Amino acid sequence: MTEWEAVIGLEVHVQLATRSKIFSRAATSFGEYPNSNANAVDIALPGVLPVLNEEPIRMAIKFGLAIDAEIASSCRFDRKNYFYPDLPKGYQISQLDQPIVGRGALPIFLSDGSIREIGITRAHLEEDAGKSIHTAYDGFTGIDLNRAGTPLLEIVSEPELYSAAEAAAYFRELHGLVTTLEICDGNLNEGSMRCDANISIRPKGVETLGERTEIKNVNSFRFVEKALEYEIDRQIAVLDAGGEVVLETRLYDSERDETRSMRSKESSDDYRYFPDPDLLPVDITDEMIESVRVTVPELPTAKRNRYVLELGLTDYEEGRLIEDLNAARYFDAVAERGIDVKLAANWILGDVAAALNRDEISFANVPIAPDELGTLIQRIQDETITGKIAKSVFETLWAEGGSVDGTIENQGLRQLNDTSELENVVSQIISDHPGQVGQFRDGKEKILGFFVGQVMKATNGQANPKQVNEILRRELSVLPPTP
Amino acid sequence: MNPYANMAQLRSGLDNGDFSAEELVHFYLGRINAAADLNCFITVDSDRALAAAKSADKAIADKRTGPLTGIPIAHKDLFCTEGLLTSCASRMLHNFVAPYDATVVDRLRKAGAITLGKTNMDEFAMGSSNETSFYGPVKNPWNQACVPGGSSGGSAAAVAAGLAAACTGSDTGGSIRQPASFCGVTGLKPTYGRVSRYGMIAFASSLDQGGPIACTASDAGTLLNAMEGHDPNDSTSAIAEATDIDSSRRPLKIGIPSQYWNDLDSSMAKVLEAARHTLESLGHDCVPVELPHTEAAIAVYYVIAGAEASTNLSRYDGVRYGHRTTSPENLDDLYQFSRTEGFGSEVKRRILTGTYALSVGYYDAYYLKAQQIRRLIRQDFLDAFMEVDVLLTPVSPSTAFEREALIEDPVGMYQQDIYTTPASLAGLPALSLPCGMREQMPVGMQLIGPHFGESSILSLGCQYQNETDWHALHPAYEHD
Repeated sequence: MTEWEAVIGLEVHVQLATRSKIFSRAATSFGEYPNSNANAVDIALPGVLPVLNEEPIRMAIKFGLAIDAEIASSCRFDRKNYFYPDLPKGYQISQLDQPIVGRGALPIFLSDGSIREIGITRAHLEEDAGKSIHTAYDGFTGIDLNRAGTPLLEIVSEPELYSAAEAAAYFRELHGLVTTLEICDGNLNEGSMRCDANISIRPKGVETLGERTEIKNVNSFRFVEKALEYEIDRQIAVLDAGGEVVLETRLYDSERDETRSMRSKESSDDYRYFPDPDLLPVDITDEMIESVRVTVPELPTAKRNRYVLELGLTDYEEGRLIEDLNAARYFDAVAERGIDVKLAANWILGDVAAALNRDEISFANVPIAPDELGTLIQRIQDETITGKIAKSVFETLWAEGGSVDGTIENQGLRQLNDTSELENVVSQIISDHPGQVGQFRDGKEKILGFFVGQVMKATNGQANPKQVNEILRRELSVLPPTP
Repeated sequence: MNPYANMAQLRSGLDNGDFSAEELVHFYLGRINAAADLNCFITVDSDRALAAAKSADKAIADKRTGPLTGIPIAHKDLFCTEGLLTSCASRMLHNFVAPYDATVVDRLRKAGAITLGKTNMDEFAMGSSNETSFYGPVKNPWNQACVPGGSSGGSAAAVAAGLAAACTGSDTGGSIRQPASFCGVTGLKPTYGRVSRYGMIAFASSLDQGGPIACTASDAGTLLNAMEGHDPNDSTSAIAEATDIDSSRRPLKIGIPSQYWNDLDSSMAKVLEAARHTLESLGHDCVPVELPHTEAAIAVYYVIAGAEASTNLSRYDGVRYGHRTTSPENLDDLYQFSRTEGFGSEVKRRILTGTYALSVGYYDAYYLKAQQIRRLIRQDFLDAFMEVDVLLTPVSPSTAFEREALIEDPVGMYQQDIYTTPASLAGLPALSLPCGMREQMPVGMQLIGPHFGESSILSLGCQYQNETDWHALHPAYEHD
């Protein structure tokens, strides 16, 4: 039996988070009333002309710098001609042979813990099409041009991904990068990143590529992986049965978890590309590149190294933080307070994340300022309050605002660290519960928890748990044996 | 009232109260109505023209006048005019009422001009005889059996017949200059980028340029001043110094390119020679120059213009506006029938040839090659302008020909553009002005200037028109 290897390349369309469209002044906001974000240029009225906005150019440069790519000193826009009802001009303005971003690389983290650089062939700017809506009107297709003209950065990888999992890892890494760069909102369910995968199979060890298929429009990390897994198995089955893979475009049906042939590419489309005469070539100066360079933030790889190697976070913690730029920002702001970063990560990925989830808000809008959370953690560390009390302070701050120290003072929540006071409480509780004392002395160690709970109850949770434990153990063992 | 009064005369007449703008508009509307047989207009906008005239009269009374306040003009029907049919003389857009004004329309209105209506043209500006219009051919006022030239034939004929003080036109490969010469009026194709293309329905984006058609070079300059200037809505519009007509007689070196003169019909050559002598008599020096790649211009032009047109016209798909076929069975039908029914045969021919030139396997041989030769043609001119200030050439190989003489002979029709397409390909400004008569039909000469050299060619045109009366001849055609 032949041993097969999959070879995958991804083309990812990233919707750039600009306020206006790439060639018109219309807004790009999502979810508006159909055609309310489409002006004369987007509708392609007779006589209108595209005018390039600078923002997408700057965002593309930012991406190029982040993947250490060549930035073209001059690039050009071309017309890609085809008819479709939601393509108003009958052509898409794209970049054929002078893309703004040239060759670069993106490191991805493989499941075995190793890192591999995936080559990025190029990234070019183009405009998005509108949407055809087939369900709204019986017998008719509705056209919504709100999305038409939204800037896209199409990022083309080299065929250097060798499994579905690697492809998904690359897609995820790209997602982390473009959101860190703040050039894309990363909302996969709104179509902010759309992935086309080219995939072929070859016997292991063979250099040449087999015939490929293209899977269009897979828009989640999971679906990329599942669609490719299915397609790899399908191609292998075809080849094992002595058949041939046919060059074609396939669609992934997530409900049935399979890919289906959409159209054959045999009659290869002729898009009649040519330079768009309505747009001048774009010159990109060194000054412009430098002015963008200063806006490039810490990249995910560097951030990951900092979290894991410097701060000692776990892979899980680092992964959660890298995934959400605002969470990482919040974490960094809290950690800046010079507190226990592990504790900070626990709080942020635990209590904070849970509360955000419960209230359906994002890390961009945490109601407790990072400084306050930092103080809260500090008060745990310096034993001003117990961890348990901290949770109640947290809830108060979350619901009502205010400061950590103010809340501790106002509600009298300071931790009870006075040894003699604690000893009194402990003695009282021991004498109140002779039965349980007997159990402890009979070797039922677990009963200690009962005593701790009683002490906490008696002190409104403010007793220093470490001290309580010590005193309890001491007092329980010095007691004379019951007759 | 003199239907051929120049702008200066109209200005002083209005400002002195010799006549009101309202009277002037009524006068022209009456002439347009009486000249309906020339078919110069697709739409006459009487009500709004009269309303604008009333405002103009008020502005004149308040002494708040711009250079064109109260001057009635008309726009070629490819300039979008808000609330008014903008058809491009095509069935495809026979129902298209533009929701916005072209920059040219907007600027002329702000300068005070009154829009009388929209002039007839070749469909989508594709033609040299104004016979491809969905609204029927325009007749040449000098001889109604003849064409007015194209594609701005309605505009040129309207100015020649005194139906408007001036008109806008557009020139892609000669569409202002050739009809101006056929109708005995003055037309200017500005430098590519001088006038905004925003709102001017595209034929070939790298060549299209709006410009004025008027009675004199001076009037063309006045109109151009209102039209020109950078427009943020058109990335290809240039930031350049405004055109300034200078009447001082700096002696110029005028290039006579042999490629434009050698094959000229003798009767045409005679008229052009006389014009050349007149310019020499004004103190200018004529010297021979070579523009060696001229011969290739027509082929290059028709490849590039067709290629650009084939995609510029893709938006006319029956989906959002314009003609839509009735009861299509499916999407392919919608496209195929809407476009088959909506476009005329010349437009289809150019879409087909242009599509071919851009197709895989032909792109290099046609489109790319044409672009290379285009650069050589441009370089010819740049070299020539190292030696001379302007070029003097014929506009067209002949005077206006008879209708239907060439309509079945597309290549013969295309060859009419031999002297106008090179300047278009090079993006140069070129002025067409009457310089004589041949068999009772006007002959035009062309002054080509360097990029953004409108001032010098218009100034030279003014000098010539101060010295000659060819521009003051009017067709015997009279309708009132």
